[in-house]
Amino acid sequence: MLVKEFIQVLRDKRLRILLFLPPLIQLIIYGYAVNFDISHIRVAVLDQDRSAQSRQLLNRVTSTRYFDLVAWLDSEDEARRLLDLGEVAMVLRLPSDFARKLKQGDTAGVQMLLDGTDSNQTLVVMRYFNQVLSDYTQDLMQDRLNRMGLKHLEMPVGIEQRVWYNPNLTGRWSFVPGVIAMVVMLVSLMLTALAVVREKEIGTMEQLLVTPLRPLELILGKTVPFVLISLIDAMLVTVAGVFWFEVPLRGSIWVLLLGVVLFLFNSVGLGLLISTLSRTQQQAMTAGTFILTPAVLLSGLIFPIANMPEPVQWFTYLNPLRYFIITVRGVFLKGVGLEVLWPEYVGLGALGLTLLTVSVLRFKSRIG
Amino acid sequence: MSPPRAWAVFRKELLHIRRDPSSLVQIILMPVMLLLLYGYALTFDIKQVPTVVWDRDGSAEARQFLNRLFGSPYFQDFARVGEFEAGGRMLDQGAARVVVGLPQDFGRQVKTEGQAKVSVVLDGADANTANVILGYIQAVVSDYNLTLMTERLHQKGLTRLNTPISPEPRVWYNEELESRNFIVPGLIVVIMTMVGALLTSLSVVRERERGSMEGLIASPLKKSELILGKLGPYFIIGMVDMAIAMGMGQFLFEVPMRGSWLLMIAMSALYLMVMLAQGLLISFAAQNQLQANQLSMLSTFLPALLLSGFMFDVRQMPWALELISYVVPARYFVTLTKGIYLKGLGLDLLWPSAVLLVGFALLFLLLAARRFSKKVR
Repeated sequence: MLVKEFIQVLRDKRLRILLFLPPLIQLIIYGYAVNFDISHIRVAVLDQDRSAQSRQLLNRVTSTRYFDLVAWLDSEDEARRLLDLGEVAMVLRLPSDFARKLKQGDTAGVQMLLDGTDSNQTLVVMRYFNQVLSDYTQDLMQDRLNRMGLKHLEMPVGIEQRVWYNPNLTGRWSFVPGVIAMVVMLVSLMLTALAVVREKEIGTMEQLLVTPLRPLELILGKTVPFVLISLIDAMLVTVAGVFWFEVPLRGSIWVLLLGVVLFLFNSVGLGLLISTLSRTQQQAMTAGTFILTPAVLLSGLIFPIANMPEPVQWFTYLNPLRYFIITVRGVFLKGVGLEVLWPEYVGLGALGLTLLTVSVLRFKSRIG
Repeated sequence: MSPPRAWAVFRKELLHIRRDPSSLVQIILMPVMLLLLYGYALTFDIKQVPTVVWDRDGSAEARQFLNRLFGSPYFQDFARVGEFEAGGRMLDQGAARVVVGLPQDFGRQVKTEGQAKVSVVLDGADANTANVILGYIQAVVSDYNLTLMTERLHQKGLTRLNTPISPEPRVWYNEELESRNFIVPGLIVVIMTMVGALLTSLSVVRERERGSMEGLIASPLKKSELILGKLGPYFIIGMVDMAIAMGMGQFLFEVPMRGSWLLMIAMSALYLMVMLAQGLLISFAAQNQLQANQLSMLSTFLPALLLSGFMFDVRQMPWALELISYVVPARYFVTLTKGIYLKGLGLDLLWPSAVLLVGFALLFLLLAARRFSKKVR
């Protein structure tokens, strides 16, 4: 039975490509597209002062890699147009009394006109700009104090920061291991669900049922090939992640492999369950998408589980992807092993066992 | 073109859909689920981040600083440790996210106008959250510094020392910076893509796989009638889904619609047609349903999610991906929805995107029709 499925799957050349190419493509696209590091923010300037001081401030702004000055404006209307079209994320307006206020020892205002449509990005832009401004402000303060005859005053508290596991806070390092998890789940769940339903839909299921195959043998025959294929996919994607995206793999490969296998119990179990609930391939694919979407969104891959409302956090304990994301981040980035990750493995094992038992029982009852 | 014949195909497709109510229900529930998730559960705002404190000083100043830190809802006083290793272990285990260390001379430095160096060790496994945490800690320190500096200057008899520059931020289009304001229009794009492309991509392939395609070809049906009849039901489903999404956005989440409803509906219908056409093209090109599904996932859903500007800024991506995004119809629809919903713009500024969408629709329909002819021959 196993052999038949294997042959059937591998004989179709197009299917072969389908099995191994999409996961890689998805990894590449997700790896490059998903990027929370924001740099080269497009900024336009409406400098109504055009003094040495205003230019000095603008130099500070452009000297960082965060901001790109793309336009010098002459009027408010131009500013409005650029923002409406989404050409720039922020327009800086320096009033005509900027230099005068500074020289007098008063407070000069700098207006930031921000495009708020992407509120996450807007907050980041505000944060970066405030950082630049506060650095510059500190220097100006020192100047003023010096001119008053006071010596150099230090900031009372300074921060010495160190980042563990991901020193440069590279977004990709956080994301690629998770994408590996997601892609493995996608492939294994969909393929398993479809493998069974396809026979049902085309009508070859009855033929299988008349053979002397026992239900368990049928299930194994249908699922084991895809478990193996998913394992190969997982390894392919891991290799791509490590060598193409240069994500470090600090922990043990065997710990990772064990995690993948336990995770596959879950996704294959889910796929099997879906197959017992679907009559057609379209149903299976829709159900798969319907389950995968919240699974990915509530896994901690993009949005931290800790930020979710309490009830939702409890709900994620039923999501196998949640445990797997913690596992991959732990193995790839933290370099920890079973001594730290065992709760996740226990969770995966328990969930997987439950899912498989339920789906196998359902499967048997449907056939028998 | 005979309307009754097209209507017959339409009804047959409707029957197919009706026989499979579960798929339909799920497709309609998907926007509801997504909106609920994005509206209530998914956020980057941190809260109660478990923080470990390694206080080697214990002075009144140190306590004052820590009170500042834990006075906000962002940080939780998770554990106090006597040596760093204990805190480090908690980072490894994932029990805590950050270890804040106060040096032995913290109080002394603060009192004598020196500088106290606070060490902050962060868990960087989730880079984005680490950045947010760092930002908040910097803000607390900044605030604390300002208070102390003002005190120090007062002690010197300087009561009037203004801060040289003050930023005046003005946020346009989404003043409250509500992330849901931005998510709801974006989700409409995703939903239309799913209904338009995912569902239709299966419609023709299914016939071919089941063997009923020959029957259709042998019938006196014209190409245009088949296409119209097949796409019709999905168009209706798509518009219903859009209405649900817009309704939820308006009444449940109170996302303000600044522009014209009519324009929004018209543009949504346009984009839906583009997606239906693309789904149809995929349906003709694929050999079986699995292929059709994978193809539509890769060429419509994924780009709509990642390369359209919905979640991630396209300009921040490598140029290769940015280039690809120019041929992704979803990108132009995102421009349209954001423009109409949040900025209240009209066709006078948005016409390029609309024109491009029309072009895409025509292109896909033409290609689909050509492929259909090839199959018949």
